[in-house]
Amino acid sequence: MHPRASLAIAAGRLGAATLHRLSRGGTALPGVVALRLDPRLATRLGRQLRAGRLIITGTNGKTTTARMTSAMLEAAGSPVLHNREGSNLMRGITSALLAYADMRGTLHTEPGTVGLFETDEATTPLAARALQPTAIAITNLFRDQLDRYGEVDTVAAFWREALAASPPGASLVLNADDPSVAELGTGWSGPVHYVGIDDPAHAGGPVGATDARWCHACNGDFRYEQRFFAHLGHWRCQGCGLARPEPDTRATDVHLGLDDATFTVDGLGEVHMHLTGLYNVWNALCAIGLARTMGLPNDAIRAGLEAVRPAFGRQERVEVDGVGMRLLLAKNPAGANQVVRLLSAIEQPLQVAVLLNDRFADGQDVSWTWDVDYEFIADRVSRCWVGGDRAADMALRLKYAGWPAPRAVERSPAVLIDAILRDAQPGEELFVLPTYSALLDFRQDLVRRGGTEAFWQT
Amino acid sequence: MGETMILRVAHLYPEVMNIYGDRGNTIAIRHRCKARGVEVEVTGVGVGDPFDPDDFDLILIGGGQDREQQRIAEDLAAKADAIKGAADQGMPGLAVCGGFQLFGQRYIDHDGSVIPGAGIFDVETRHPGPRADRCIGDIVIITEFGEIAGFENHGGRTYLEPGQEALGTVVRGRGNNAEDGSEGAIYQNFFGTYLHGSLLPKNPRLADELILRALRRKYGQAVELPPLDDAVESAAHDSAVAAAERRSAPTVTRWNGFAGRLRRR
Repeated sequence: MHPRASLAIAAGRLGAATLHRLSRGGTALPGVVALRLDPRLATRLGRQLRAGRLIITGTNGKTTTARMTSAMLEAAGSPVLHNREGSNLMRGITSALLAYADMRGTLHTEPGTVGLFETDEATTPLAARALQPTAIAITNLFRDQLDRYGEVDTVAAFWREALAASPPGASLVLNADDPSVAELGTGWSGPVHYVGIDDPAHAGGPVGATDARWCHACNGDFRYEQRFFAHLGHWRCQGCGLARPEPDTRATDVHLGLDDATFTVDGLGEVHMHLTGLYNVWNALCAIGLARTMGLPNDAIRAGLEAVRPAFGRQERVEVDGVGMRLLLAKNPAGANQVVRLLSAIEQPLQVAVLLNDRFADGQDVSWTWDVDYEFIADRVSRCWVGGDRAADMALRLKYAGWPAPRAVERSPAVLIDAILRDAQPGEELFVLPTYSALLDFRQDLVRRGGTEAFWQT
Repeated sequence: MGETMILRVAHLYPEVMNIYGDRGNTIAIRHRCKARGVEVEVTGVGVGDPFDPDDFDLILIGGGQDREQQRIAEDLAAKADAIKGAADQGMPGLAVCGGFQLFGQRYIDHDGSVIPGAGIFDVETRHPGPRADRCIGDIVIITEFGEIAGFENHGGRTYLEPGQEALGTVVRGRGNNAEDGSEGAIYQNFFGTYLHGSLLPKNPRLADELILRALRRKYGQAVELPPLDDAVESAAHDSAVAAAERRSAPTVTRWNGFAGRLRRR
């Protein structure tokens, strides 16, 4: 074994042990330390996962799709190594591998362990080069963090680079309904498994901002037979005739409840999950597609999907002083518009807290809030509260959307939660729409109040 | 009260030039007019749509991705004379980011290819190539309409020709070209700028300036806009300024030449 690798592993593991002792739950620091000492560590360790190395990427749905895939693998009796604590950069992937490595650089996982790596869009080329994935799933491509990437097209370029660095026989699982994702399958040397929704009952409604205006092949216009949301639907290029590929895994009869959803998949029958929203149906389809490319049995796919509970901050419900708070991560226009859609389907008057941060992980540019159709539920909102570092900007966005004046505009999560608990009565339910770092802050304060557990324990 | 005033807004290429939340500018115009009893009609004018400036009192255009901007350049060429003619006649308008670039004289891509602009602003934009840093970050500028705050995100560098007036001077951030401290451009009643944020909601004085110029041109100089309670708008503005003070380096505009040379190194 390379002496540098041993040193890196030792340093990384020492860092991990120290972190656990301090019980701060830091998830990426061991990887940071180890990678500094041995940049090739992820390659050395990752390629020992001979049963399979899966990369899951996309603007939205990475975490949920990875959790679903993991549950399906576990239901099939296959051990999983997963960077599940939310750090999806190389250092988080390395941290997950380090947890199983000995000092000689040998990975001690159970036989047949599959590596499951949810990967930040810009990290995907590095991860593909290092891990040589057996399969890659891509959920969707929306505008997100343009202050990091500059433009949406930049992200598609990252993925092309990742595919070029992957083994030619790797399986691709692609969302057929997203033209910028589906077209990545054109000309791919290995198997391509497309997934998509086929249910006209969910087409129509507010479309929101669109991120795939034109055909990459010929710059022609897209026309849609069924258009579900933004640029997702049954598309066809008017110029060259390129069209949505026929899905290998297809959801029909989609029924969305407040806390769960059912849909029918060819060959699987009706499946049920404890998550809702059309976006989670796409996530489930991507997970099913990955499971099918690995040949998992239908029973395991159904059981895995059934077993998944909402991920940290994604439709998670927390109760404090008898007030139920549903945390709905809303970190970019596509995600927030999906949440707005979900809320519009609820019958009773809505109590909503919206939290806007502008740190690196959130995107420093808050302009995106103007691409969200908050107007769509303005007359449904009975009470609202506004929080986060940029609470003042969000208060203005909601004022111009026609929402009622907020009960409080507070940057401090603790003060905001106090204000919410002053207004809301025990037994009432409210919805919290935070950006990523705002979710961490808000949730941490709920932990302090005994409402839920720290996230590295869930 | 006399007849109800109507403001007819042309929103150019709303389906394409919409990448950084510039839709908020239309929302702000609508909101601030409604609050004063002014009716607003917003018409989206897309690729292939007919465009007659006489049908409108105000023109808005936002920013798009580089690839998409090339796509509308051809259509814009067909509308350029009408838009430029209207601006010459005092038509008020706001062009943000990619819209600002397309309303200049020309856009020169890093491979040397030239996209002609509508020529409202006497400016030229050059793209320094894919390896050059984009100008991304919080920005604050000083203008004759007060302090204006927002967020910039552009690859192209825009240079004013001699005699072309800037919209403002950069206090924090980069502005037109990260060299000379200028930001945006003004031609008669037409404003060009790189500021997203969205711009008009959190800079209500600029929003009102555009509305007032459009209404006065249509209904006469006696038109006044009653003041609104802008406490929420001011708080959002201050929040954007505070973000810029936290994160964007101060720009020393008095030493423009010197600072520019430093930055180029």
